[in-house]
Amino acid sequence: MAPSHKLTRRQVLKGTAAVGALGMLGSLDWLGQAWGAQDKVKMGFIFVGPRDDYGYNQAHFEGKSAVAKLDWVKAFDEEKVPETIEVQKSMESMVQLDGAQVLFPTSFGYFDPHILKVAPQYPNVLFLHCGGLYQEGKHPKNVGSYFGYIDESQYVAGIVAGGMTKTGKLGFVAAKPIPQVLRNINSYTLGARSVRPNCTTNVIFTGDWSLPVREAEATNSLVDQGIDVITCHVDSPKVVMTTAEKRGIYCTGYHVNQSKLAPRGYLTGAEWNWAKVYMDYADMIRKGQKVPNLVRGGLKEGLVRVSDYNQVVTESVRKQADAAKAKFMSGAMIVYKGPLKDNAGNVAIPAGKEYVQTDYWLESMDWLVEGVIGSTKS
Amino acid sequence: MDVPKNLHKALEPFLIIVGSLSVSMVLFGGFVAAAGANPIEVYHTMYRAAFGSSFSWQNTLVRATPLMLTALCTALPGYLGLIIIGGEGAVVIGGLAAALAALTMPTAPPMVVLTTMAFVGMVAGGIWLAIGGALRHYRAVNETISSLLLNYIAIAVLNHLVTSTFRDPESLNHPSTYHIGEANMIGLIPGTDLHWGLVFGIVACVLAWFLMHRTVFGFGSQIAGGNVRAAQIAGLPVGRLILIVCFVAGAAGGLAGMVEVAAIHGRANDTLNANYGYAGILVAFVARNNPLAILPVAVLLGGIRASSGLLQRAHELPDATVLVMQGIIFLVILFSETLYGRFSQLQKQGVA
Repeated sequence: MAPSHKLTRRQVLKGTAAVGALGMLGSLDWLGQAWGAQDKVKMGFIFVGPRDDYGYNQAHFEGKSAVAKLDWVKAFDEEKVPETIEVQKSMESMVQLDGAQVLFPTSFGYFDPHILKVAPQYPNVLFLHCGGLYQEGKHPKNVGSYFGYIDESQYVAGIVAGGMTKTGKLGFVAAKPIPQVLRNINSYTLGARSVRPNCTTNVIFTGDWSLPVREAEATNSLVDQGIDVITCHVDSPKVVMTTAEKRGIYCTGYHVNQSKLAPRGYLTGAEWNWAKVYMDYADMIRKGQKVPNLVRGGLKEGLVRVSDYNQVVTESVRKQADAAKAKFMSGAMIVYKGPLKDNAGNVAIPAGKEYVQTDYWLESMDWLVEGVIGSTKS
Repeated sequence: MDVPKNLHKALEPFLIIVGSLSVSMVLFGGFVAAAGANPIEVYHTMYRAAFGSSFSWQNTLVRATPLMLTALCTALPGYLGLIIIGGEGAVVIGGLAAALAALTMPTAPPMVVLTTMAFVGMVAGGIWLAIGGALRHYRAVNETISSLLLNYIAIAVLNHLVTSTFRDPESLNHPSTYHIGEANMIGLIPGTDLHWGLVFGIVACVLAWFLMHRTVFGFGSQIAGGNVRAAQIAGLPVGRLILIVCFVAGAAGGLAGMVEVAAIHGRANDTLNANYGYAGILVAFVARNNPLAILPVAVLLGGIRASSGLLQRAHELPDATVLVMQGIIFLVILFSETLYGRFSQLQKQGVA
């Protein structure tokens, strides 16, 4: 067994701290106060999939790479860490062996139970989770969450899709009928219908986050049904984009810029801008400021963005999309306002009612807006 | 005498496996050198991350725990000459059934809940693999294919039930069942950060070894695995042996699923499908289906997995590095199978 089997982990931790690997253990109150300015901010990132997936994980890896370029930051990461006890061990390992001061476990499923279990054991380490689940009072103080309103970008991409479609039929390959995904589908469709009112979006749910074969089948099936612009919400849009390009239709991207995968048909796309988030966090920690437990934002705050338009996007469509973008930037845009019907004909939002982006009601979305062809039943 | 002969029987596989692992390490060293890293440093890092400290050991053992149980899913039917690769399905179904069982008894004391969960999880996992065994015996369906396909069915059943009938409406973006309750969670082994699943794994492997090597039942199974015809002529109930062994194998997988729910997640959801079943196949294979050998092999594989993180951070190697290592070990062991009986020195002594 272990040479030091008589020691508890806590004791080992203290021993390590004494050696100096964990400078933060002596800190009294909040992170950041314990370090001199010359110390590097040590940031650990954990991804559920490969770093180069052209999708969710690559978006975070790009953010990590941007922050790693700063000479006062030491950033390290692990890829393909499953949402099991293994992520708990990865987090602890980053703290114990690398002296991480702040961790970014980026997958949604890392939060409960894993972060909630590990965070209380390391009160001087920050655990910042992507997904936006932090609740004051309910969760440990050294836990925070950040998320972007990427459906704003999807709304703009929807306008481009709606403007460019000839058949008036859009396609959407989605992983699971959960609120985050439904909100993207709805915003995309609302964007498209704002410029082309009887436009429809055909949705296929594949059932899981990473099923490349099924995603290709879904894309082909949608093309066969006559759609001519497609987008998706799966972990890696790679297969959807390349299949669309092969079939000669347009596509709009998700997570990161996929124009390289579909140079002819990639109209635009909804992208994360995690670099901005990670830079801000690093800066706050270096300055010893209190890091907010909840960070949210959309186009205006710079957490999400829209890919550059493909040259085939016409001038009038660009103008419409840019107008919507400008409205988001000024904060004047409200996507979810009544009267709005769901796709079963029921009233989803009554006339006169408005939900601004930050409204929590939108985060329990379980309906598809009128114009979407598909069902939330899995 | 008996003792040296037995020792001898153990020496040959021991030497061959140690030899294979050494060859694998040399090959992998060449691979990381080609990838631009210093092999000695890489091995040092791997050692540090997997076995170098108390924390590393616990990290390794935590990852080895489910593999001990899922390896039995493949190892036990191996005695009967069956190649079952349905451990993943047994884990998923066992975990799901265990979680649902716990949810039916909200007021029962924790010990009762946990016992029921273990029982239900094991029965569910057992039945799942027994289906593969039954299809083999009664309908001559290839058990490897059927058990593989049963995995996909199990995952689909799980995903369906946790997104519909048994979904906790609070689990918005990560569909799951309700929580089984903090009081009903399996705790940690005192003085460590390890949950009791590790003990379950060790006990299960020891019991499985006893069953297959020290009982009439196990003897009968080995005969049936050696030659079905001979076993039938000798009057052995081959069908019953297949069903029972597959059931026991599946029960081990079901227990692994139950432990995932009761010790880690507290709910059943898609994280049950974490490929432990598939990793278990590799463990069983390297251990040559011997339940006792599963224990060190699972720890070795757990250590390799545990070292992945630090390898990525310290040497900027991709996660696939450890998969390459696993693959190399697997291939070399596969090749080493051809070496049995080839070393005359070993054989002669064995006869003496």
